[in-house]
Amino acid sequence: MGDLAQLSDEALTIRLQQAAFSYLIDYANADTGLVADTSRQGSPCSIAVVGFALSCYPIAVRNGWLSRTDAATRTLKVLRFFSCSTQSDAPDATGYKGFYYHFIDMQTGKRVWQCELSLIDTALLVAGFLVAACYFDGSGEREIRELADALYRRVDWRWAQNGTPGLSQGWKPECGFLHYGWEGYNEAALLYVLGLGSPTFPLTPAGYVTWQLTYQWENLLDRDVLYSGPLFTHLFSHAWIDFRGIRDEFMREKASDYFENTKSAIAVHREYAERNPYGFEAYGRDFWGVTAGDGPTAPEMLENGKVRRFFGYMSRGVPYGPDDGTIAPWAMLATVPFGADAALAGTRGLLELHPKVCHQDRFLSGFNPTLSDGNGGWLSTGWYGLDQGLLVMMIENHRTDMIWEIMRHCSYVHDGLQRAGFEGGWL
Amino acid sequence: MPRNPYDIAIVGAGPAGLEAAEYAARLGFSVALIERNRLGGNSLNAGSVPSKAIIRTARVCSTMRDAEAFGASIPSAPSLDFDKVMARMRRIRTRISGYHSVHELAEPGVDIFFGSARFESADTLFVDDAPVHFKKALIATGARPGAPNIPGLDQTGYRTSATIFEMAALPTRLAIIGGGPLGCEMAQAFCGLGSHVTIVQSDPKFLSREERDAAEILSRSMARDGVDIRLNTTVVGARRVNGIKILETVNNDVKGDIQADEILLSIGRVPNVEKLNLAAAGVTFDEDHGIKVDDFLRSTNPNVYAAGDVCLALKFTNAAQSSARMAVRNALMQAQQRQSSLVIPWCTYCDPEIAHIGLHVWEARQQSIPIKSFTVMMHDVDRAITDGRDTGFVKIHISEGSDRILGATIVSSRASELINEMAVIMSAGIGMKALAEVAHTYPAQSEAILLAAQAYTRNFDEAAKRAASGNADNGK
Repeated sequence: MGDLAQLSDEALTIRLQQAAFSYLIDYANADTGLVADTSRQGSPCSIAVVGFALSCYPIAVRNGWLSRTDAATRTLKVLRFFSCSTQSDAPDATGYKGFYYHFIDMQTGKRVWQCELSLIDTALLVAGFLVAACYFDGSGEREIRELADALYRRVDWRWAQNGTPGLSQGWKPECGFLHYGWEGYNEAALLYVLGLGSPTFPLTPAGYVTWQLTYQWENLLDRDVLYSGPLFTHLFSHAWIDFRGIRDEFMREKASDYFENTKSAIAVHREYAERNPYGFEAYGRDFWGVTAGDGPTAPEMLENGKVRRFFGYMSRGVPYGPDDGTIAPWAMLATVPFGADAALAGTRGLLELHPKVCHQDRFLSGFNPTLSDGNGGWLSTGWYGLDQGLLVMMIENHRTDMIWEIMRHCSYVHDGLQRAGFEGGWL
Repeated sequence: MPRNPYDIAIVGAGPAGLEAAEYAARLGFSVALIERNRLGGNSLNAGSVPSKAIIRTARVCSTMRDAEAFGASIPSAPSLDFDKVMARMRRIRTRISGYHSVHELAEPGVDIFFGSARFESADTLFVDDAPVHFKKALIATGARPGAPNIPGLDQTGYRTSATIFEMAALPTRLAIIGGGPLGCEMAQAFCGLGSHVTIVQSDPKFLSREERDAAEILSRSMARDGVDIRLNTTVVGARRVNGIKILETVNNDVKGDIQADEILLSIGRVPNVEKLNLAAAGVTFDEDHGIKVDDFLRSTNPNVYAAGDVCLALKFTNAAQSSARMAVRNALMQAQQRQSSLVIPWCTYCDPEIAHIGLHVWEARQQSIPIKSFTVMMHDVDRAITDGRDTGFVKIHISEGSDRILGATIVSSRASELINEMAVIMSAGIGMKALAEVAHTYPAQSEAILLAAQAYTRNFDEAAKRAASGNADNGK
C-alpha cells in the first residue's frame, strides 16, 4: 500500500478519485472527445464511459483538476461529435432513433463489433448530457446546453418499447429488437426515469409498472432487500439520482427507498463474503465486491477433488451467483456514499494485503486470489472506464452531493421520477 | 359384461384416465375406460417413468466421476453399457405398468375397451364400431409432442419424448431443440451418459415457467456438466449431409450450424383432440389449448368433462391425476370443486432439481398481492454441505404482513421431495410462525424449510421491536 496507508481517509479517497478521473483524460480521443472502454490497446469507445466522463468533468472543475474552460471545451467536443454523428439504420452508423451503439470507433464513431444499439448505455450517456446541460449555465456555455438538450430530446424512447409496455435491452439493424428484456430490479432505474421524463418521445408509464412486476422483495441472509445480484446494479442509477427519501409506489409499500435498499444489498454482500460458502480465498467482511466485470478465463482448477470453474468477463452476483472468487477491487470504495466505514475498511484492507490491485493509484477491474498464479492471485489487465467513472462520481457524491445536487435541478429527471410515481423528500 | 349406459365413459388411459377410472369404480359407479394404445399413457410409456430411470443412471455416472471430492476413488473412468441402461429402463417401465394392468383395473369393475374412440352424439361414443352409451363422459386423451414448422426437419429425422427411449445406441452427439423440463432433463442426463449434448432454446433462459434465479442456476449447472448451451437461439432449418444431421440456427443476427447424430425435439405438447369428433358431442376445443373447460372441468357439453393434459396448462402427471379425481367428483357426485383451487407442486428433475408450488412472485405482483420471499441458500444447510450437494435455495413466498404461505420455489438436489412438505404445509394452511416450531430431523435438506420459517420469525420480531421503539419515541 506504501504511502497510501499513511493518508487520512479523506486524503486517500481524494487521491484515488483523482487517479480514477485521470483515466477519463488519458484515454480520451483528442479529436472526438470519445473515451475508450478500457486502457487496452485498440479499445473502442464505450458510450457509457463517455456518459461518465461528461458527468465527471464538473467534478474535476470543482476539485481543481480541470479549468472550467477546459471542461467546457471537452464537453462541447463530445456533444458536437454526437450531434453530427450518423443516425440511421445503416449497420455502421453511430446510432439510430436517438440511441447509440454500445461500442463505437474512437475516431470515426462508427459502430464496431456488430454490437447492439444499447438502451442502458445510451441512458448512461444521456445522463452525462444532462449533467453538462445543468452544470454549464454560463452565458458563454449556451451551445453546451442547447446541444445536450437536443440530443436528449431526440431519443425516441417510445420506439424502443416496440409496441409493448416493456423495454428490450437493445436493437440491431440485422435482427431488430433483442429478445433480452429487463427482468428484476437493476441499473435500469435510470433508463426508465430518463425515458419517462422525455418531453418528446416519453416511455408510457405502463413500462415502469411492467418492469416492477418482475421485482423480487426478499429476506436474504436475514436482510430485507429488493434483490439484484451484481453490486453495480445497486450503484449505477445512484451515481446520478439522489434516491434518499424519495419513494415510488413499491418503496412506499415497503417503507424503504432505493438508497436504503442499496445499503441492504451491501450488507448482504458483506454477509455473503463472511460466510464464504464456497471457500474462496480472502473473502470476508472486509473483502467483497462481487459484480459485473473482468475475470479469469483460466482452465478448470481441481481443489480438494472439486472442480472450480472461472467465467471470464461476466456479471457475477450474490448470493445466487455466479461467483468464481473474483471481486472488483474498485467496488467497495464505490459504495462509500452508502456507508463510509465499510467502504474504507474494505478498501484499506485490500490495498494493504493486495497492493497490486491498484496500479498508479487506479483500481484494476478484476481480482481473483483463489486462482493462484504464484503472485497473489489473478489480476485483470488494464483499467476499465466504467469502473473509474463510477468511482469518481460516487466519491464526489459522498463528499459533496455534487452530482445529486445537479440532477435534482434537472427538470427531465424531476419529471421522470414523478411519472414513475416517486414522491417525498427533495422531490 | 358391458353396461349401457355407463355412469361414466373415460376416453384415454393415461394418468388422468386411469386415476379417474379407479376412483369412480371404487365409488361404485359403472365405468368404461377406452384406450387406443397402451395403458399408462405418456407418463408411463414415454415420459416421467423412463426419463427418471435414465436420469438415475446418469447420476450414478456423475457420482463416480465426482468420487474424488468425497475421498473415494474408482479404478478407472466409468464406462457405460447403453444396452443395459435401456434394458433397466424397460424393466422399470414393465414393473410399474403392472400396477395399472387390465387385471388390476377389472377388479374394481372397470370395463376396458381397446380401440379408437369418437363421439357419435352428446351421450354416445363409438369404440371402433361398438357403441358405448354414457351418462357422463371424461376426456383424458392427454397430449403429444408438438412439431414445429422447421424446414427440412421432417426429412432430417428427429426424435421426441415418444421415441427418445427407443434409441438402440447412445448418440455421440445429441442436439436438443427446446429448453423446457424434458429438454433440460435429457440434456443433462445424456451428457452424463457420455453424449456431447447441445441444447437450443429460443428464450433467453431455460424453463420459462420458473423464476430467473432458478433457471440461471440450472443453466450454470448444465454448463458445468459440459452441455453446450445455445440460449436465445432459434432453429430455422435442418438438413442431412453424409448421414450427419445439421440444425441451422440464428442467435440474434449470428447464424450457426449444430451437427448431431440424433435430434430430440422438445418444444411442448399439443392436446390430443382431433380424432374424437368432438363437434358431435357439442364439445368446444382448439388445437393449441385443447378442450375448453370451465373452472369445474366441465366442457361446453354439461355431461362431458375433461382432465389432464388435454385441457390443463400444467401438463404434469400429478396435475392430471388431481384434476381427474376432481372431475369425477364434479361429474358424478354433484361436487362443485374448482380447478383453480388445486395446489399442484411440480419439479424438473435436473441436477439440481427445480420445484415449485403455488404462486410465483410475478403472479402475485400481477394480482397486486404484496409478496415477500424468505430465502435460505442450500450452502447454509448442514445436510446439503455434508452431502456435497449445496447448490440451490429454498424460497418461501408469503403474503406480506401475514405469515400466510402463497408459494415456494426450491432448487436443490432433492427438491422433488422437499416441495411435498410445502404441499402439505399449504394444504393444511400452516403459516410461517407455526412452521418455525415444527421440529425437523437434523441434519436434513428439509431443514432449509425450517430455517426459512425461522428467518420469518426473526424478521417479524425485529419489525415488532422497531414498531415498539417508534411508538416509544413518538410518546416522548
